[in-house]
Formats: sequence, structure tokens, C-alpha cells
Amino acid sequence: MRDVFIIGAGQTPVGEHWGLGLRELGAAAIRAALDDAGIETVDALFAGNMLGGAVNGQENLGALLADAAGLLPAEACKVEAACASGGAAVRLAAQSVGAGIHDVAVAVGVEKMTDAVSEQITVGLATASDGDYEASHGLSFIALSALLMRRYMHETGAAREDFAPFAVNAHRNAASNRNAMFREPISGEDFARSPQVAAPIGVLDAAPVCDGAAAVVVCAREALLPAHRAVRIAAAAAATDTIGLAGRADLLTLGAARRSAEKAFRASGFSPRDCDLFEAHDAFTIITALSLEACGFAPRGEALKRAAHGCFARGGCIPLSSCGGLKARGHPVGASGAYQVVEATAQLRGEAGPNQVAGARVALTQSIGGHGSIAVTHVLEA
Amino acid sequence: MRASREVGIAGYGAYVPRLRVRTADIAAAWKVRGAAAPAVAEKSVPAADEDVVTMAIEAARTALDRAGTGLQAIGAIWVGTESKPYAVKPSATIVAEALGITPHVVAADMEFACKAGSEAMQAAVAFVGSNMVEAALAIGMDTAQSKPGDALEYTAGCGGAAYLFAAAADSLAVVEASVSHVTDTPDFFRREAAHYPEHGGRFTGEPSYFRHTLAASRRLLAEVGSEAKDFAHAVFHQPVPKFVEKAAAELGFTRRQIRTGLVAPRMGNAYAGSSLLGLAAVLDVARPGDRIFFCSYGSGAGSDAFSFRVTERIEERRRGPSVVDYLERRRLVDGYGHYLKLRGKIRRS
Repeated sequence: MRDVFIIGAGQTPVGEHWGLGLRELGAAAIRAALDDAGIETVDALFAGNMLGGAVNGQENLGALLADAAGLLPAEACKVEAACASGGAAVRLAAQSVGAGIHDVAVAVGVEKMTDAVSEQITVGLATASDGDYEASHGLSFIALSALLMRRYMHETGAAREDFAPFAVNAHRNAASNRNAMFREPISGEDFARSPQVAAPIGVLDAAPVCDGAAAVVVCAREALLPAHRAVRIAAAAAATDTIGLAGRADLLTLGAARRSAEKAFRASGFSPRDCDLFEAHDAFTIITALSLEACGFAPRGEALKRAAHGCFARGGCIPLSSCGGLKARGHPVGASGAYQVVEATAQLRGEAGPNQVAGARVALTQSIGGHGSIAVTHVLEA
Repeated sequence: MRASREVGIAGYGAYVPRLRVRTADIAAAWKVRGAAAPAVAEKSVPAADEDVVTMAIEAARTALDRAGTGLQAIGAIWVGTESKPYAVKPSATIVAEALGITPHVVAADMEFACKAGSEAMQAAVAFVGSNMVEAALAIGMDTAQSKPGDALEYTAGCGGAAYLFAAAADSLAVVEASVSHVTDTPDFFRREAAHYPEHGGRFTGEPSYFRHTLAASRRLLAEVGSEAKDFAHAVFHQPVPKFVEKAAAELGFTRRQIRTGLVAPRMGNAYAGSSLLGLAAVLDVARPGDRIFFCSYGSGAGSDAFSFRVTERIEERRRGPSVVDYLERRRLVDGYGHYLKLRGKIRRS
């Protein structure tokens, strides 16, 4: 495999873009990434998206976005891996360049959720779970997360309030990110008071429904120019686990997250100890805890204790969700994995402004789909 | 828009049913835990013998009594509502018959969600302003619909107001100008044969209510060459009080300017009757020379904005029950079950 570098990153603000659709959001992020890289076109486009077909009535996003972004006739296709779609698109772009198939590729994650009513979104998100054995029996995506959280509380003795530091940290970081959806800090009391959505999950445990797109341009060493503020993709790894929760030997081990992280660390030669920041898949506070444990940032059942000690805040042992994460920057589902890589790139370039993690050299991003049935992990190096 | 001859309001009348349901009772029935306090504490509910037609008749009678206009002068009547008792059959003909203004009268029901009442006002101004009729009645009245347990059930109230438009020389408030601003925006709707309306959640805010309310308001301010500070009062459609406060603030209106016309906190959102009731509450206290800013909003979507100037006739025309009288005349229903019965939400066949 050739070394692969990120040379361009772009994003739209995350929020309720009432006047913009998949086409406009995706093209805006792609053009911003191309401008950042100082190039006009690419050999291939990989478009990460989850709900285009189910919610927007639009598939074939490869052609849609290649056309809208002025990339015709580049090779292009949609990449779908539930909530990990954005991460999977970045990995495929890196893979194609690393394998020597393309010299320059762009990966975009894009999602348009606010044109649908909440019932449609609930049905759409449930397609990430097991259709035969979970969704068709009425288990929504959030209900499955609630089962995991209940189990975690049962096994570890944690209270719901113990999950607060993840949400508080995310909102604090989002406050200084101009692309974030929720820029108001919250307190532990706000978290405790937030209405229940699916017990024990409350509103402030959960990432919001929103719109957004983020993109990165990747290239081989041969295509690097002196002007590029390049960030190396030291590893891009993916793994899967059973799609249904019932098939797992241990509910509190996200097998795909653990295996993809292990593979990424092995391939990059880095360990959790080497990481300066972690962009986690904090769609629900329980998933944050399980992702931290799967990646080796906390032993099994210990993530909340470390959170209580400030380990994951800015300046802590491993800063988490440095730009607000899915929780507060926002979670346009199929785009979130790409946002993580865009934000980690900014950190490693030293361009994260008020959100900068001092001296960041190595970043880990992890994008998780379908309650850990699929995970994509990236190690990035300045 | 301006009519070719000056038109004004000759008489007005409001109506709000006596019964109220506490929104806390609705929340208790649906076991809502930890949610923010409802936007309104209680909302009006029609009694078993009240519907849009009976309520429109009450409001119109007050309007006609205040105007003192001869019945034969009334050449048109429109009832704007989204809760007409008959799916097919006009409410306006029943109201016209009860008022004694049939048969030589243009009569129809207006449909434009919560903007139906102000749509009737636009039509009345046009008919009178073009001299087709001497006087025209515009009514906005609703027993507002909402799905049980839905967010709208906490605010959907009942009531409305009637306005008799006539030549400016005989009016208590002159219409300076009006504008209308509409787009195809599906924020709230009820399909044929569907029992309850649906809405697009947060889509009902920024791209719907605020976009149309602000656009129509700004266009009207430009049309009359005025600023917010030039008006004594401002009235807006009132889905929830905070929407009104936000829209008013964006346009430069103060809390003091919107206070009198903001009736929703005491009775909920009377849909097509909402902004018209707010205007009636303002006319109840307005002084000669006051200018009143008015902007409705209806889903689907659009806004009508009017600028009024109150005349010296306002004092002598202020007979009969005021909006505050109706708001203070209140009795609680016996809990959520009683409310469901009165609203016909219990299926019996």
C-alpha cells in the first residue's frame, strides 16, 4: 500500500438547512475540500450517505454529487454503512489511492434529515438494525441503545447522571465551533433534567437530527505539493459484528469497534497511549462509553469513572469530541464519519482555533453503524 | 395593496367559549415526564352546543351591533376557518341566515389554515373598496384541531372575531394598506378523510411561520413607509407566545407593543381566529390616532399584513363584551376525559 495523505478538508455548518438538499450540501462540502487542496478535480468520488433512499427518495448519489460538484466524468458511487457511512467513504477513498487505483480521490459524507417528519426518520434509522429480528418487532434505533445503556448501568452500577460528562464536554466544545449545531454549554443539572426519550436515554444523551456534509480530498505521496498542509492517514480499518444485539456473547463489548481499532493500531504502529485526541461516535452517551472501552481508552466498565475525573475533557488524558462531536456539533448520520476526519485534520494541522488540542500529532476517529455492527476507525498523523 | 376607495372597520366582535382545559391535565394523561412547561397554562374548549357557526354568529352580532349598519347594506360574508362543522356545505350561509342578511349576499367559507380569517378580511376590503358592496363581513373562527397527545394539543384553542368593513368615513379604524405573502410550504396539513392534522415539527418554525410573517411584515412596513416604532400596537398570529415575541423582536416591536394583542397565553391558539382575536383585544383599548400593525400566518403557507389607523369613532362603538370579558369568563372542564368528549375525540362508532 502507498502512503495516503489528506490534502483538503471542507464542511458545511451542521444544522437545519431548510433551503438545501443532498445535492447542495454535498457539492458545497466537496468544493470546499477541493478549494482547500487547491485542485479542480479528482479521479474518484465516494459519497457516504445512509438515508438518501429511505428518506429523501434519492439514490445514485455518486452521479448526483459528481455532477453537482463539477467532477464529471470521474468514477463515483454511494457508500452505505448505516451511521458509519461517512467513515466508510473516507476509508474507501484512502484504499483506492493506497492501492494505486487512483491518485486523487474525494470522500464526502452527506445527510439531509430535516425534510422528513420524525416518524420517517425513526423508521429510516431503524433500517440500520436487524430488519427481521429487531426493527420489524418495533425496536427503534434509540430503543436498542436504551437496552445497551440499561445493561451497562446494571453491570457497572452506574447511574444515568454518570453519563453527563460526555454531553457536557461535547456542548462545551461545540460552543466555540462555528460549524456546530448546538453552541450553548449545558450543565450536569440540565442533563439530569432532560426529558426521557426511551428510558434511560434522555434528550441530552442523544445526538440531534440535522443536515450537513463534510469532505476530504486524499492523494498519494506523488501528488503532494509544497503548499499542501498534508495529514497522513496512518491507518484506516473496518470490521463488523452481528447485526442484531441478540447474537452477541457480550452486549457491552462492541466487537466491530474493538477489532477495527485493533487493526488500525496494528497497521499504524501507534497505541491508544500515542493518541492526542479521539473523535468518538457519541450518538448516544452509552455508545461513547462503549467506544472508549473498545478502543482501549478505558478498561471494560471503567469509561464513566474516567469521565468523572475529567480524563476526556480538553486538557485531559485523551480529549474527546474536540469540536462538539455527534452530540453537539450534530449527527447528520451518514456525514458524521467524514466530519470526524475533517475535524481531526484541522487539529493535526493546528488550525482548530479555539478548539485546538495543544501539540496534537496523532488523532483517532471512529465511526460506528448499527449499534456496533459495523465500525470504521482511522488513525491520522500530522 | 390599496383599495380604490378608502375602507375601514365599522364594527367588530369577538367570541371565546367559556370552558377551559388545563394543559397540565393533558400532560398528565399522556404521562409526559420532564418536558418543559407547556407554552400556555390553559386553552379554551367549545361546549356541547358551540361550534364555528354558533361562535361566528355571536361574534358577528356584536360586530353588527357596534357598527349600527343596516343589514341590507351587508353584501358579502366570508367565514375563515379550518374546523367547519360540515366538510361540504358552507358555514357562511348558516351565519348569514342567522344574521338576517340573506339572500342578496355573497357568501362562502375561506380555507387557508390559520390565515383563513385574514383572507376574509382581504376579500372584504376589496369588495367594499371597489364599491361592489356597501359593507362586508369577515370572520375568522376556529375550534382548533389537533391530534391527541401531539404537541399541538397543548395549544390548540377555540375562538375568533368578526369584522364589518365599510367605507372609511363610517369606520372606527381605517385600513391604510395590506399585503399578502404566500409560498407552497407544507408545514401543517390534513389530508382528505384524515381525522387529525399533521405537521412538520420544527419545520413549522423558521422556514414557515417566521419566513412568511417577517416577509409580509417587512413588505407592509415598506408599503406604508413606516417603522415599528410608528405603531401603538402590533398583533401577530399566535401559535405559541414565544413565536410572537421572537418575530416582534426581529421587526423591532417592543414587548409593550405586542402585550395587548397577545391573547394566546390565556386561551391557546385559535388558529384562523387567533390574530383576529388579538386585533379585537387591541381595538378594545386603542385610542383615536393609534396605528395598529397586524400580521397573520397560515400554514401552507402565507401571511396577510394590515396597517390600521384608529379614528375618533372608536369610543362610541365600544359596546358589548370585550375580549378580556370573554377571557375572564371561564370555567374548567372536568379533566382530560371531559375535554375529549367535548372535542369529539372519543370514537363511539
